[in-house]
Amino acid sequence: MTRTITYSEAILEAMSEEMRQNPDVFLMGEDVGTFGGVWGVSAGMLAEFGEERIRDTPISEAAIIGAGLGAAMMGMRPIVEIMFGDFLMCAGDQIVNQVAKARFMSGGKANVPLTIRVTTGAPGSAAAQHSQSPEAWFMNVPGIKIVTPSTPADAKGLLKTALRGNDPVLYFEHKMLYGDSGEVPEDPEFMIPFGKAKLLREGSDVTVIGVNIMVKKALEAADQLQKEKISVEVIDPRTLVPLDKETIIQSVAKTSRVVVAYEGHKRSGAGAEIAAMLAEEAVEYLDGPVIRVAAKNVPLPYSPALENYVLPDTADIADAVRSFWN
Amino acid sequence: MDQDIPKNYSKEQLARFFRQMTLVREFELRAIEERRGGLIPGFIHSCVGQEASAVGACEALAQTDVITSTHRGHGHLLGKGGDPKYMMAELAARSPGYCLGRGGSLHMADFDLGILGANGIVGGGFPAAVGAALAFQMRKEKRVSLTFFGDGAINEGTFHESANLAGLWKLPVIFFCENNLYGEGTPQHKQAPIQDLAKRADSYGFPGVIVDGNDVITVYEAVKEARERALAGEGPTLIEAKTYRYRGHYEGDPMVYRLPGELEEWQRRDPIPTFRLRLIESEIISEGEIEELMGGVQMQLDEAVKFAADAPIPLVDEALQGVYADTHDGLVF
Repeated sequence: MTRTITYSEAILEAMSEEMRQNPDVFLMGEDVGTFGGVWGVSAGMLAEFGEERIRDTPISEAAIIGAGLGAAMMGMRPIVEIMFGDFLMCAGDQIVNQVAKARFMSGGKANVPLTIRVTTGAPGSAAAQHSQSPEAWFMNVPGIKIVTPSTPADAKGLLKTALRGNDPVLYFEHKMLYGDSGEVPEDPEFMIPFGKAKLLREGSDVTVIGVNIMVKKALEAADQLQKEKISVEVIDPRTLVPLDKETIIQSVAKTSRVVVAYEGHKRSGAGAEIAAMLAEEAVEYLDGPVIRVAAKNVPLPYSPALENYVLPDTADIADAVRSFWN
Repeated sequence: MDQDIPKNYSKEQLARFFRQMTLVREFELRAIEERRGGLIPGFIHSCVGQEASAVGACEALAQTDVITSTHRGHGHLLGKGGDPKYMMAELAARSPGYCLGRGGSLHMADFDLGILGANGIVGGGFPAAVGAALAFQMRKEKRVSLTFFGDGAINEGTFHESANLAGLWKLPVIFFCENNLYGEGTPQHKQAPIQDLAKRADSYGFPGVIVDGNDVITVYEAVKEARERALAGEGPTLIEAKTYRYRGHYEGDPMVYRLPGELEEWQRRDPIPTFRLRLIESEIISEGEIEELMGGVQMQLDEAVKFAADAPIPLVDEALQGVYADTHDGLVF
């Protein structure tokens, strides 16, 4: 059985279900309690779970994430919320040097079931410090998993997997997807494994690999291109670490042409890793370059005119696909 | 330093203080020697001179309490019950070491003993100590966390964020500052506009106390009191132990920054001989018993070095293990 709920509601549901069935799960972050989260995701949780388990914190990202680490190592299963992906850098050492490495450095003694929920992407005129997509910054850090849900069902199923797993997870919620609705299974045991990409649309001419909100834009582009008799296959990796290389390579073996669309900056972004992986492991299938559709390599501007120029959109994906024949 | 030994300490406990301090000192000297001899490949930041702080603080904790440690962490680990065999094996980068040879001096941990890890990042351990204390508070467990740090780390932003959060939530955490007068190669007075760092506690709403970090009993009593306060739900304490680092920031440090005569002045207040003298003058322990304790330490370290030297070197495949708990069919690599 499924029902239609929003991406935001799906995240709330995943957190609430886990908190009901496991007293070790709790949420802390800036404005998550009384305010209900500045994005409204945790609205109502304070009333249900109380101040002990829904904790408003000072504006102290390093302490929030590091305290999550300490509590996790003592057997709790904390969810910490960082309001904007841009603010992850305030806790850079804690994420990169402490959280990600604790298990390995300690010879496996540290268990770190810590989920860091964080927003990503440009919400419009939020400028350079509130609009970034920082996923790829952390792809270079062994020890942390990177989750990028693009639909309400994925949002719920992937978050449940994060909350029941035993590793630190950076869970990136796209600000412009919170209001999107979709079918989500009612089963509280519904979970989506990490490292399993989703084939959203079958096609034969070009594979478009979309990350997070770019999945939605890839599907829009595919609809347009269908009218031009170009058949586009759309794949969502769903988790960047671990990455489901097999599903991607299978698709490329069929289409021979690839576009990777992601909202982060183009240089060394998520798509750069996917393109390099294809060059190493699937070059024999490729009939042309792997094309990256991504944000231009400048800080995100405030002016809508400038911002729209810098960010990748549906038309950019369609143009990239057409370029294989131009 | 008060020369009289308070009456409420048993001979056994005092002997243990002495033995543990001697173990820390001799462990460090042996590790330095073994590094020169080639057994130990990595950095060593020795805590020679600071033994009373490490041992006095750890002796006041229960086994179920936890610590986070620092670059200069060997004394903390030994104080909390760390086994010199597994420590030496880790320093020697061998498989049976505390971290299976993956961590070395800066990352040694033993969760069974409540050692959450030394740390390669100055100030890196504060938030985790606060988080551990949060877990204890939420689960209503009678445990505290103690975070060791130096006069250098107190100027890191994580100290402010962590002390503020711990004060706000009245968490059972003890901030234990070993003020050894140097942050790496720069003297403390060139790193902060105040010399009594315990004053900073005031701004987080909890007490700050200064103790003679070379007096194991004074340190022990301060931590014991802070622990009782924490367990009573009254929140954190900042303890500043004034002490001195005899050797460089790391082994091999040319120490161009050290003032002439400073080391010799501090050596007159060396925590181990001064405590030994007090024990003997108070007629608590005899010279013979002291010699016996010291001989036992040497034997323990001989065994530790032998264990490390004979221990297997990790197989290269082990480098790819233990990054994650759940590996998703190996895809995470």
